Amino acid sequence: MSKLYSVAALFKTPDDIMHAASKVADAGYEKYDVNTPYPIHGMDGAMKLKSSKMGYYTITIGLTCMSLMLFFMYWVYNIDYPQVIGGKPLFPLPAFVPIMFEITILTGAVLTVAVMLIFYFKFPNNAHPLHDSSYMKAVSSDKFGVNIEAVDPKFDLDKVKAFLASIGAYQIDEIYFDEEEVNTKHKILDSKFVIGMFLIAGFTSISVYLHMNKALYLPPFDWMLLQHKVTAQDHSDFFKNGISSREPVEGTVARGFMPYLYSEDPDGASDNLVNPFVADEENIALGKKKYLTYCSPCHGDLAKGDSRLNGQFPNGPTLHSDKLLSWTDGRIYHVITEGQNVMPGYKKTVTRKERWAIVNYVRKLQRALDAKEEDMQ
Amino acid sequence: MSTIDYTKNEVNVKGTRSLKEIDDLIVAPLDRIPNKKFFIAIGFTSTLLLIGTIGIALSFYYGTGLWGNNNPVGWAFPIVNFVFWVGIGHAGTLISAILFLLRQRWRNGIARFAEAMTIFAVITALIFPIIHTGRPWVAAVYLLPYPNQHAVWVNFNSPLLWDVFAVSTYFTVSLVFWYVGLIPDFALLRDRATGKIKKVIYSIFSLGWRFSNRHWQHYEMTYLILAGLATPLVLSVHTIVSFDFAVSILPGWHTTIFPPYFVAGAIFSGFAMVQNSLIVIRKVFDMDDLIPLKTLETMNKIILLTGTMVGYAYSMEFFIAWYSGSQPEYFTFVNRAFGPYAWAYWTMFSCNVFIPQLFWIKKIRTSIVPMFIIAIFVNVGMWFERFVIVVTSLSRDFLPSSWAYYRPTITDFAILLGSFGLFFTLTLLFTRFLPSIAIAEIKAVSEGAQPSHHGGEDHE
Repeated sequence: MSKLYSVAALFKTPDDIMHAASKVADAGYEKYDVNTPYPIHGMDGAMKLKSSKMGYYTITIGLTCMSLMLFFMYWVYNIDYPQVIGGKPLFPLPAFVPIMFEITILTGAVLTVAVMLIFYFKFPNNAHPLHDSSYMKAVSSDKFGVNIEAVDPKFDLDKVKAFLASIGAYQIDEIYFDEEEVNTKHKILDSKFVIGMFLIAGFTSISVYLHMNKALYLPPFDWMLLQHKVTAQDHSDFFKNGISSREPVEGTVARGFMPYLYSEDPDGASDNLVNPFVADEENIALGKKKYLTYCSPCHGDLAKGDSRLNGQFPNGPTLHSDKLLSWTDGRIYHVITEGQNVMPGYKKTVTRKERWAIVNYVRKLQRALDAKEEDMQ
Repeated sequence: MSTIDYTKNEVNVKGTRSLKEIDDLIVAPLDRIPNKKFFIAIGFTSTLLLIGTIGIALSFYYGTGLWGNNNPVGWAFPIVNFVFWVGIGHAGTLISAILFLLRQRWRNGIARFAEAMTIFAVITALIFPIIHTGRPWVAAVYLLPYPNQHAVWVNFNSPLLWDVFAVSTYFTVSLVFWYVGLIPDFALLRDRATGKIKKVIYSIFSLGWRFSNRHWQHYEMTYLILAGLATPLVLSVHTIVSFDFAVSILPGWHTTIFPPYFVAGAIFSGFAMVQNSLIVIRKVFDMDDLIPLKTLETMNKIILLTGTMVGYAYSMEFFIAWYSGSQPEYFTFVNRAFGPYAWAYWTMFSCNVFIPQLFWIKKIRTSIVPMFIIAIFVNVGMWFERFVIVVTSLSRDFLPSSWAYYRPTITDFAILLGSFGLFFTLTLLFTRFLPSIAIAEIKAVSEGAQPSHHGGEDHE
């Protein structure tokens, strides 16, 4: 269904349009516009428009973003990753000035244009009723036009046409529009739009897949992943046996490896091993952490053999028994390392230092239940 | 003696054409199938572009060892070309922004074209620091401060990072400025378009512009603001580029004259490049009265002015090298003029300082062929200026045992040729697909385009 949008009148010269614009403004119309192929000096005055406020947006946006950038650089240098570069202070303001300046210009320019186009002009808007009219084709090239919209409170079709003719228009058109055309509701379910979104999604997925899985492994874009060097455990044709390095001489041990000599000899461990770690605060904390992780499920949090799994699992014995109290540190260490009865050995999961720390912690727990005279002081 | 009436604005576009004819003339190259000259030209430039692309592809495959860069001269050709092309871009912003603020109406005919050249020059320039990283697909993203898996940030103290901000801001703002100017022209093209595809494309880019005066009002204000922002920006960009050198401690680089000297040099070479391109365009598209000889003459005067400023800077560098009493500084400059790169130095000096002085003669600055040739010399000279600055200082620094002579390789030259190919291919495509003169702007300054008096109130 077509509805009247406006009555549009064309004029031939800039003088005519200046005259017409001031007449329309004087006649009290509010919803009207002047369309000219280029900006005409003095037209704002003729139309009685207030001066543009764009500058306030620019300075507000620019200064805000500048402050945010300054704060960002402060945050990077002083909070997130403080480091001294070239002996300069952590907040070298002069060095930040060029970047603050550039950010002010960048955000001021880009966002001012965005504000103008999106909030002031409501662009993009290619569905406006004036588009594709002979009026628009004339004012885009060499004619000058006034159009008075039908929503204006003083609008009356015949009166407006007579008025426009009286101020010297050489051509007067009525501009109609179809409500369906400017209606933007429910366009999101339009089949073209939906198919378009699927196509974009498909294209994006395929190109990301190809990029991450194919392009990255093509020389020269391989991110240095493909290198002509032998890596550990690699096959190599250089040696006859096909391994990538020479076999180590007999008795070689890995770096940091400490052999355990008493795996079949608990008494030897008891007699010969001495706890090499002092039971200081840090060591006890480590032992507590590991004890609670690995030992407490069976032996209980306080080593009383009263764990939460009692009855569902072989009950772990108390560690406060006389037998345990009489054991040396080395003997306890041996049990943790190799296991005993149903208890498994922990040499693979708990490091040597951690095992000794557990021993220290167990000793602390024992002492807590079996305090001596001197502890009371 | 003739008298000039200074109370009236000079008419910049002669009143021989109506508004409609201006449209037709400017839009004509977009509507017709281009002539043979155009295809020969674009064939030539795209061949250059292809040579450059091959050079870059080989460099990516085999590595930057294909270039002549050696141990002391690590910056070499890529940085020379980068500074050269960024400089070329400066004339565009000067014409579009600074001359706009100064109300120099002669700029209207060439502003659009000069802005386009800015954008293409910056695109060309950006290639060089990026390929200079060796593996740009790995390195280029680390130029920007973004949260990454290494948990490190860029060094905000470094002039090289300021450069990243300056050049990317410059590119973005120039692009926005250019696009804002293009919106009304896209709307005109939309209303003239006959084909459906053309109409859709122009509609999208015109954003639905309606030539409404309620829009023109904010549009003009925003354009003025953009010009106001672009003016300090263009001065800052080459200033910051010069910081890349001036903030270091290398003799020949560590001087405070660099920022103004670089900006003057940038405008100098940029104007020469714009002048060259405009002469070609106005011949090919028959736009003699939209780009009058007077515009070219004015540009030649600016080339003369900035050329003399550059000459002053060269001499002052020598004076300071002697006056500072710093031995490495003094040695560097004597080495420049009389050392192994004396050939480059004197090419630079004669092209930039001596030859432009011919523009004092009115007959030379108003005839097309001589001014064209002089502008070519200026561009050669300005390229050599950057070569002299980058290479001579690096090749002989404090420690004589690390001195080395730099020789560019054939790959270096291929990439340099390719940069010219890219720039001119983009320029040619621009003249073919977009209006190379700002139609709305030129209409507004043509004869009889503005009302004979302001305001309509007293029209009774």
